Amino acid sequence: MELFAYYLELAFRSLKRSPGLTALMVLAVGFGVSACMTTWSVFRAASGDPIPWKSSQLFVPQMDIWSSSARSGDGEPPDALTYTDALALMRDHRALRQSAIYEIAPAVFPARAGQHPLTLGGYAVYAEFFPMLDLPFLYGQGWSAAEDAAAAPVVVISRALNDKAFGGANSVGRSLDIAGHDYRVVGVIDDWNPQPAYYDVFGTGGYTREGPALFVPFTRAIAGDLENGRTACDAEPSSPGFAGLQRSECVWITFLAELDTPARVRAYRQYLDDYAAMQRRAGRFLGAPNNRLRDLPAFLAAEQVVPGDTRVSFLVAVGLLVVCLFNTVGLLLAKFLRRSGEIGVRRALGAGRGAIYAQFLTEAAIVGLAGGALGLLLTGLGVLGIGAVLQPRLAALATLDVRLLVTTVVVAVLCTVLAGLYPSFRAARVQPAWQLKSD
Amino acid sequence: MDILPILSTLRRHKLTSWLLVLEIALTCAIVCNAVFLIGQRLQRMDMPSGVAEHELLQIQVADVTTPSNPYARLAEDVAVLRHVPGVLSVASSNQVPFGNSSSNGNIRLDPAQPERTLNATTYFGENLVPTLGTRLVSGRDLQSDDFVDVETAMKGLGNGDSKSLPHVTLITRTLAERLWPGQNPLGRIIYLTPVVGLRVVGVVDSLVRPNAYDTAKAQYTMIVPLRMGASKDQSYLIRTRPEDRASVLAAALAALKKADPQRVVTTQRSFDEVRRRFFQDDRAMAGMLVGVIAALLIVTALGIVGLASFWVAQRRRTIGVRRALGATRGNILHYFQTENFVLATFGIALGMVLAYGINLFLMSHYELPRLPGAYFPVGAVLLWLIGQVAVLGPALRAAAVPPVVATRSV
Repeated sequence: MELFAYYLELAFRSLKRSPGLTALMVLAVGFGVSACMTTWSVFRAASGDPIPWKSSQLFVPQMDIWSSSARSGDGEPPDALTYTDALALMRDHRALRQSAIYEIAPAVFPARAGQHPLTLGGYAVYAEFFPMLDLPFLYGQGWSAAEDAAAAPVVVISRALNDKAFGGANSVGRSLDIAGHDYRVVGVIDDWNPQPAYYDVFGTGGYTREGPALFVPFTRAIAGDLENGRTACDAEPSSPGFAGLQRSECVWITFLAELDTPARVRAYRQYLDDYAAMQRRAGRFLGAPNNRLRDLPAFLAAEQVVPGDTRVSFLVAVGLLVVCLFNTVGLLLAKFLRRSGEIGVRRALGAGRGAIYAQFLTEAAIVGLAGGALGLLLTGLGVLGIGAVLQPRLAALATLDVRLLVTTVVVAVLCTVLAGLYPSFRAARVQPAWQLKSD
Repeated sequence: MDILPILSTLRRHKLTSWLLVLEIALTCAIVCNAVFLIGQRLQRMDMPSGVAEHELLQIQVADVTTPSNPYARLAEDVAVLRHVPGVLSVASSNQVPFGNSSSNGNIRLDPAQPERTLNATTYFGENLVPTLGTRLVSGRDLQSDDFVDVETAMKGLGNGDSKSLPHVTLITRTLAERLWPGQNPLGRIIYLTPVVGLRVVGVVDSLVRPNAYDTAKAQYTMIVPLRMGASKDQSYLIRTRPEDRASVLAAALAALKKADPQRVVTTQRSFDEVRRRFFQDDRAMAGMLVGVIAALLIVTALGIVGLASFWVAQRRRTIGVRRALGATRGNILHYFQTENFVLATFGIALGMVLAYGINLFLMSHYELPRLPGAYFPVGAVLLWLIGQVAVLGPALRAAAVPPVVATRSV
């Protein structure tokens, strides 16, 4: 401990002796580390598991309903379902929990007078959506299967909408005018906006600025003609409007199924293949069953929700850090070898090689620590100002947290110590006799 | 300047020289690729739309309840907008250039053909050519008797009545050239489904698709005479003079609100904004890369300053001896400059190989094209320049070492 204090003192003295060189190293480490950490914070947020405690039990069924000509060439079935198939899957109910999901954007009239109607993004889902995805309820709860069956006009709203429409009070039981009809509020959820937006990759492309403002029963949304968001078709529907869409072979509904055991997963896979084979016999699907049943992480990877840009930015930043480290190795080498005389004297006075190592690595670590501190500052600025330089849609995801800050400092110190290894090795090999003679 | 003494000196500082060479090589490789990536983004952001972007406005409104006659509603809205002072032309469209949301169809040249020929986007709406300002290069524009209500067309599709389907289309020059290279496209038929055959009656110069992600397919565009009703997905396009855009937009919104105070305006923007929105990721990526290049060059320059200073300090005595033996300040200055040039050249040569390697990696993982040879000299010149600028300070300090140093420290 005493020795360590001594090394610290030596290091400070040495660093003070060449402030320019020291500042250069600290700057380089700070720059490199902060560039890496800032891009990493985005990459981490974009590629994170949105529901880590359950993602391996959530599955996305996909079916190849179109002929091969409609495929993009990679043999992948579309990433959404037709109304016909979504309803069939709901009816057969082979999963522990399941929900068909589609995006709605109805006009909402807040109860308070003098407020303009708002167009709000939301989803039409089934009752099991809420327990399946563990939505955090502030007040009340989701609706029941009976309300699904009755296409009941009930709604679960977000905290933000609750604040806007009801001033943040417990609004359970009150009514809300959605697209000209009264809906009874049954629950209010706390802020919920997981990224990637795994419940609707088809519609959102993966990322959303704001979470859904409201949820209504799927059956009610269909009955009330609440139109959907994105649609993908192989051929135009043969009858017009929303009703035509429901009869068409266009896909617009996403689907999540919770399957908790491998046996259940196998059974569900078999069920999908049987369903596709049956549809083929009925003349609907062409070709052999080409289904997918991926768990959430595999589905997000297959959908490539993390944009290539994010990876490339991160790689470029890592390149910058590597160049910074080369720089640091060169500068440390220059700095350490300049002190060959001092090393010679210390060695002649009985310091072992280990002591020289310890001394110089301490010095490197201090540079790393200072670089880390600067990196911390720059990372902070970077994350706050990242909207200006990175994809704005994703930049919003980058957040400063303790883990990121600690990682920044650890990476800076580790990298600098690593960069100091070879220069210290060279310093420790200085021949004392040679140095003493030459002075 | 003799290069041999420099090489022999560098051989004695093998490790520090190598470090510098490697640093320059890495910087050169990354800069070459980053400049290339920036070039790609800038080129993409420059993609022509074929429309009078500085004169166009887009408005979308959502009705609270579906209007009983959406066609009448749309015609009313268009009439209201046409009367707004400053408005030159009004159209309604199911989609807008660079608007992202798009309607696309699979084209076949023979109704019996099993695979599609290609996928093209389809604009539906009246008065689009004059409002958008795209130029008709041959044939005629769509006329009002070409148009069919979308509902009628859907019914026709359902019961196989080809009379109620649209029969003609406009296509872009790029699409015409792709479908019938070197031939006259007028009068030829494009099949959207086996029963929907559309005769090409006109060719427009250029009209970009809303989802122009792939530059090669960005101009695969058709304008089909389908009349759409008012809905939240329908856009009103207004042509006006560039300087009137803000006032016309405000007046147009007020007029629409006056016609029906109940509805919600979901989109109101100029086409400059549409383009800015569409390419925001590209602009952000290019900005980030410029930042990284700047940081890299600064860090490398600082590294060169650091090592060169170290070398100068280490060789003070040698410099003194050389000066005492008759070398001029200029000789010493040139010595360090040449030394840096030699190191930079080694680094750049290695960097080129590395740049190529990085490009191969990016090509295999991120679907990027091959790095054109023209980008290599860019990196080379940049690094030579940076090296020379960085070494100037330490070299001048070396040149200032007085000859008397040679006599002192021995």
